[in-house]
Amino acid sequence: MISSIKTVAVCGAGGTMGAGIAIVAARAGFSTICFDTATASLDRAAKQTEGFFAKSVERGKISAPDKDAVMARLSRTTKLDDLAAADLVIEAVFEDLSVKKDLLGKLGKVCPEPTIFASNTSTLSITEIASGSGRDDRVVGLHFCLPAQLMKLIEVSPGINTSDATLNAAWAWCEAAGQLPVKTQDKPGFILNALLVPFNNDAIRAVEAGVASPADVDTAIKLALGYKMGPLELIDLVGLDTQVRLCEAFYPVTLDPRAAAPPLLTRMVAAGRLGRKSGRGFYAYDTGKMFGG
Amino acid sequence: MGYSIVANGESRSFPNGDAFLAGTTDKADVVIYLGAELVADDSKAAILVELGTESLGRHTGEASGEEGSNVLGFARYRNGSDAPSKLVELVRQPRTKDSAIAAAKAVLEAAGLTVVVCADQAGRIIDRLVRPKYNAALRFLDEGLATAKDMDLTCRLGLGYADGPIERVERGGLAHHHDVTKALFDVFATPAYAPARRAIVAKQREKKT
Ligand SMILES: NC(=O)c1ccc[n+]([C@@H]2O[C@H](COP(=O)([O-])OP(=O)(O)OC[C@H]3O[C@@H](n4cnc5c(N)ncnc54)[C@H](O)[C@@H]3O)[C@@H](O)[C@H]2O)c1
Repeated sequence: MISSIKTVAVCGAGGTMGAGIAIVAARAGFSTICFDTATASLDRAAKQTEGFFAKSVERGKISAPDKDAVMARLSRTTKLDDLAAADLVIEAVFEDLSVKKDLLGKLGKVCPEPTIFASNTSTLSITEIASGSGRDDRVVGLHFCLPAQLMKLIEVSPGINTSDATLNAAWAWCEAAGQLPVKTQDKPGFILNALLVPFNNDAIRAVEAGVASPADVDTAIKLALGYKMGPLELIDLVGLDTQVRLCEAFYPVTLDPRAAAPPLLTRMVAAGRLGRKSGRGFYAYDTGKMFGG
Repeated sequence: MGYSIVANGESRSFPNGDAFLAGTTDKADVVIYLGAELVADDSKAAILVELGTESLGRHTGEASGEEGSNVLGFARYRNGSDAPSKLVELVRQPRTKDSAIAAAKAVLEAAGLTVVVCADQAGRIIDRLVRPKYNAALRFLDEGLATAKDMDLTCRLGLGYADGPIERVERGGLAHHHDVTKALFDVFATPAYAPARRAIVAKQREKKT
């Protein structure tokens, strides 16, 4: 299917996901507007993007002229009105329902009728985000994986009122952008986080219950199942505070006991053991060294 | 430090032809029971009993949390009829002798296996953690969250797993998943461990055929 989308806008393009999504769009040939409320974040992301493509050239993944062409397709703005030119707006702003709803409400007034809005939310409902946009038939979930510039998978989720035309157009855009879309329902955590968040909690509970040490839990999972990282290593990487926030997003909606934050997790956060970023989580880290150094 | 084996039938951890079966010595400090009834022997450095879904306590008896001796349980992880993995879960009790753990680890690691130590709790590490995930994936499939293929693909591409939950649990056998989750549910009685509908169906059909 050929995508009729020519211009993509990314909201929150100064952030981790937004910057990666903008790379995906520009690399695939789309004119890409990077929008963020924070100028400093936009500038930082632009530097990182430049660095990313410079490395790609070094590694022979892209030619220098192609890199220049990609960079030329990227523009930056802090003015919402500039998004009027977009055929597809992908929002990757803070994971907060009111922030996302407010943004889509404003965009609904700025963007032309046919413009499709997509949300990169990990935990919120597409249907709820779409309500108040004035075009909930043209809102769809496009959940990229971290790091977006390297990961091909996108979970595509229609909300209750999303039209087939919107879903098809979003699907075609994913393919045109060189990504691999999978369809999921608009349910908490879609596929990936719905499976991952409770599983990670279960691993914490196993440690809490004295089943085994974090290292033995991780070794067992990696060796038996061929996972690249054990669950406790992964929680240390994403941050124990982030895991708490994921639980807070899922448990009240699903009432699944596995999604509730285990007491050990909240206590470790209270004790300042947030994982790699604080130097200590389920493992201790040498904070003097940079990750991957 | 050598080991001897007392076997009764084929073992899941060390199936016929496994090199480990051929590595036994005469005057062994470690005795490994594969399906055979345990005979206590304090003179040995360690005695290992291969476990299914049962607790080690079922073989040794228990004593208000004071149980423990030179007897350990173990299971080598294996999904269905896949070749057994390198992972051995070694099961200890509260008062298991450190020297017994060290002796057991020594013989297993000398055979190229990786040993993790866990408490004598239902499901050990692997089944305790993966069975609820397989149950969730099977339920999601019933509820139409996504197709089996897409759920598996999402886990492989999005999480870097070697395979997805549906393909893995099906390869391991849904009837077997039923048996493992039933044993776990008997202990924990939480919905997470209740056998998934598809596992119940597989079990019912297994009985019929
Ligand atoms: N980090 C992950 O692993 C990950 C993975 C998949 C999806 N997500 C989702 O992506 C979204 C962004 O997450 P992140 O980790 O990149 O966050 P982040 O904090 O790194 O970036 C958010 C960016 O949005 C900007 N922003 C906030 N409000 C805005 C507004 N009203 N208009 C324009 N810009 C605004 C901020 O200035 C910031 O630059 C969230 O919905 C999150 O759930 C995150």
